[in-house]
Amino acid sequence: MTLRAEAPAAVRLRRFTRAERWIHRTTAALMGVCVVTAACLYLPQLAELVGRRELVVRIHEWAGIALPVPVLAGLASRAFRADLGRLNRFGPHDKRWLRAALRRDKRPASRPAGKFNAGQKLYAAWIAGATLVMLGTGVLMWFTHLTPLMWRTSATFVHDWLALTVGIVLAGHIGMALADPEARHGLRTGTVSGEWAQREHPLWRP
Amino acid sequence: MNTPQPAEEGRPIGRRVLLGTLGLGALGVVTAPTLQRGLEAFLGSAADKDPTGLTGLLPNGGGFRYYSVTSSVPHRTAATYRLTVDGLVDRPRTYTLADLRALPQTRLVKDVQCVTGWRVPGTPFEGVRLSRLLDAAGVRANGRAVRFTCFDGAYSESLTLGQARRPDVLVALRMQDRDLGHSHGGPARLYVAPMYFYKSAKWLSGITVTDEVEPGYWEDRGYDVDAWVGRSNGRDDDPTS
Repeated sequence: MTLRAEAPAAVRLRRFTRAERWIHRTTAALMGVCVVTAACLYLPQLAELVGRRELVVRIHEWAGIALPVPVLAGLASRAFRADLGRLNRFGPHDKRWLRAALRRDKRPASRPAGKFNAGQKLYAAWIAGATLVMLGTGVLMWFTHLTPLMWRTSATFVHDWLALTVGIVLAGHIGMALADPEARHGLRTGTVSGEWAQREHPLWRP
Repeated sequence: MNTPQPAEEGRPIGRRVLLGTLGLGALGVVTAPTLQRGLEAFLGSAADKDPTGLTGLLPNGGGFRYYSVTSSVPHRTAATYRLTVDGLVDRPRTYTLADLRALPQTRLVKDVQCVTGWRVPGTPFEGVRLSRLLDAAGVRANGRAVRFTCFDGAYSESLTLGQARRPDVLVALRMQDRDLGHSHGGPARLYVAPMYFYKSAKWLSGITVTDEVEPGYWEDRGYDVDAWVGRSNGRDDDPTS
């Protein structure tokens, strides 16, 4: 493991473009709407408090349909496409990162990472797939007369359990962001400190 | 110092994870009937031993779910509750809760099946047969259907006269051997045992005999009017009554 010696700690490094920050913001807002409305439909105490089932269902459906839109629109951004490429590719250092994560080894030296670490890459790929499954099963539940109703029951089953899983994984994602102010700063302003980048993403070449 | 190997190259594992998740989702839909039966059996028995009630929050964890179509529902007590029977009848009448309690009560123990999938086994309902109230009112010859309205101000339901006269259709005052609480539609709700539970209108306040079936709240939004469990809404659940 080699750290870059030349990166001066005081330098601000550009991590995300304005377009990328807006993709994240709008996706997060839509996902938030989906989660909150889902809770109001699903948890008895909240359902009792909020009522208005028809309206809550409509908001949930439209937020769900809109959820992939920011990412699809973002494909127009070269920087975003480049980051998707980085998220897709796993190198040998990612294997080392994952092994260290499984051993609960938190030392930065055992967790080599490029612009994105292996955990972020796995999260991005999984949440994208899960969102598409939620969208597909959600549409089956929405347009009930399009498919045999056997499908709708099955879709409801997958939608319910995957929702629970997505909720837990999202909580983890938000929890990790809360624990790392500089990472949040990066998504808010676009820049991070050189010192942080060197510690968390030593293989990243901005 | 060494040049680290380019960090942004390697195998396209992200794409495989994404496609794998999609594949698992599709597999889940295909195998859902089998998985669901197994999980329901497991969670049902776990719920019996679960003092925290958390299993009830899991999908298919058993138990009722609260659905209301309005933002808030007024509370009615024994003193303020009224049920009117009117429309194409000879003797319109308004019942208090005490009036209803004074009539002969029928207790039925059957499964409750919601059209969204959840099912609560062996649930006792107790109340007055709807046919008794209709007979007391004297349905005129041109009366062919019954419309139900609710004091939440929005919900409505309807049955044909033949359906309404079935012995397993009640104006229920008690559920699970307790007086009906507000969240379950108390003090009185409709209970249509053989149909999906959206037919069993909560917070029942009006029974009107009409000359034809007027689709209710959810039927205006695409649900079947004749909502027999297992033979409507495209579902194949086991019949409840």
